[in-house]
Amino acid sequence: MDSKKLNFLKEKAKELRITTLKMIHEAGSGHPGGSLSEIEILTTLYYDIMNVKDKDYRFEDRDRFVLSKGHCCPPLYAICADKGYFSKDELMRLRKYGSILHGHPKAGTPGVETVSGSLGNGLSVGMGMAMAFRKQGKNDIRVFVLCGDGELQEGAIWEAAMCAAHNKLNKLTLIVDHNKLQINGQVDDIVAISPLKDKFEAFGWNVIEADGHDFEELEQAFKKAENSDRPTAILAETIKGKGVSFMENNAVWHGKAPNAEELEQAIAEIRGE
Amino acid sequence: MEISRLEFGKEIIKLADKYDFTVLNADTKCCGLENFGKKYPDRCFNFGIAEQNLFAAASGVANAGEKVVVSTFAVFASMRACEQIRTFICYPNLNVMIIATHAGLLTGEDGATHIASEDMAILRAFPNMTIVEPSDVIAARALAEEALKFNGPLYIRFPKAATPVIHDEGYKFEIGKGKIICDRGNDAGIIAIGAMTYKALQAAETLANEGINVKVLEINTLKPLDKAAVIDLAKKTGKIVTVEDHTIIGGLGSAVCETLSESYPVPVKRLGIQDCFGESGDPQKQYDKNHMNTQHIVAAVKDLLD
Repeated sequence: MDSKKLNFLKEKAKELRITTLKMIHEAGSGHPGGSLSEIEILTTLYYDIMNVKDKDYRFEDRDRFVLSKGHCCPPLYAICADKGYFSKDELMRLRKYGSILHGHPKAGTPGVETVSGSLGNGLSVGMGMAMAFRKQGKNDIRVFVLCGDGELQEGAIWEAAMCAAHNKLNKLTLIVDHNKLQINGQVDDIVAISPLKDKFEAFGWNVIEADGHDFEELEQAFKKAENSDRPTAILAETIKGKGVSFMENNAVWHGKAPNAEELEQAIAEIRGE
Repeated sequence: MEISRLEFGKEIIKLADKYDFTVLNADTKCCGLENFGKKYPDRCFNFGIAEQNLFAAASGVANAGEKVVVSTFAVFASMRACEQIRTFICYPNLNVMIIATHAGLLTGEDGATHIASEDMAILRAFPNMTIVEPSDVIAARALAEEALKFNGPLYIRFPKAATPVIHDEGYKFEIGKGKIICDRGNDAGIIAIGAMTYKALQAAETLANEGINVKVLEINTLKPLDKAAVIDLAKKTGKIVTVEDHTIIGGLGSAVCETLSESYPVPVKRLGIQDCFGESGDPQKQYDKNHMNTQHIVAAVKDLLD
């Protein structure tokens, strides 16, 4: 990756982190921890990898993104606004009555492909899309699904994992935001999901491990996934609350809005001041 | 006597060259669509025994622009995949046809785990959902093309066993439209859905022999209910008996009572499964236990007349 692109992605990520925290602060509730851990993943997808356009969120052959961990929607909304799918003014109306930006994504918000947030379902939804595109002969469309790691405790995930591999849906890529925390603590203390690589391989998936905050590793992973003859799971090692010292690796920030003071400190840290 | 669910499935397959749709199958033998992939391999996906995945994936397939036809048993559709239908099909209002078989006591010997007795109550509460239940094989065949033309979440309910034919060929299935299928007089009104409709007709005949002349309103669509037809029947007869192969809580009887209590209150007697689970064994004996046979409909009408 050339340094110009890398710097561009880094700046986008900073911007997204700040916007995300402002949105959650303004809403008075939300999920900063898992939103911050997925920032580089979303940035790489929307500004580097996916076939998407500015303004036009409906063109037929666009790649699809399913945010299965729907509670972490603020960064996705921020990207959609940045792409010009709706006004940036709407971002500060997150979770407010009448806003298109629901606490968990609804269908019909421009740029948001599907309802999500009831955990464990997004992989099936994305798999269904990949099935439809195969049927339609649209073999260039890629479908990306982002799941949390705690979410992998849901049984439906493994129903979908089995089925996607059985059907060799190679255009389907799952990214696991492996930040190792869920609302009540460490994922592996609550109900262990490890070893993830072995599990997905046993289910017949192509598995790639990557640093989920490293743009070059993520880009490489997405490029490798494209050539797979099977569905790919990218296990993205991440840090919950990434970029804000007091939020990092702290389950308390799974579902809590920062107050004005905390927001100010967080923004300063993200800007590197 | 013909098995509606199988005839419906055959009809859907016959229409497969005229209408473009994608079939998603669970590993059941419910309406013959498990064979769809043999003829149309590119338009069929099998999900095995995994209903949550089946219905959430149906959402994805429909989201990508396909008309989706999903088939499985009604118990699994309405309960195992309840949330997937609500949140991922009804909420985004997607074009998914759900063929749900083995509904009601005609599931008989399979017992309570496989007898769907609450499915309509559950699904009726979901916004955007349309619920239909053909009353015989002719209605089932007539429904097939209407269902393929329909746009939105559509739940189609079928019993397991064969049921008597009550309609003439040429019957038109109009989704959302109640039909008076027996008009002997205004002593009382019987409102029936699905497999119970023929029992309602038998009861009307028995009553006529005793000088009691009733109307029978066939409801082929539980939701949206043809409220005008229900209110009109109440106005004309003043006494209503409802009959359904489903719990009396939340299905046809409830929907009729909700409508009439708000618009035109008259006495209503609800016949159906009496807030209990099904049993394993002869459906007719289960109908007797729940007071759902012809003589019970007759008795219910007489009760209201007393």
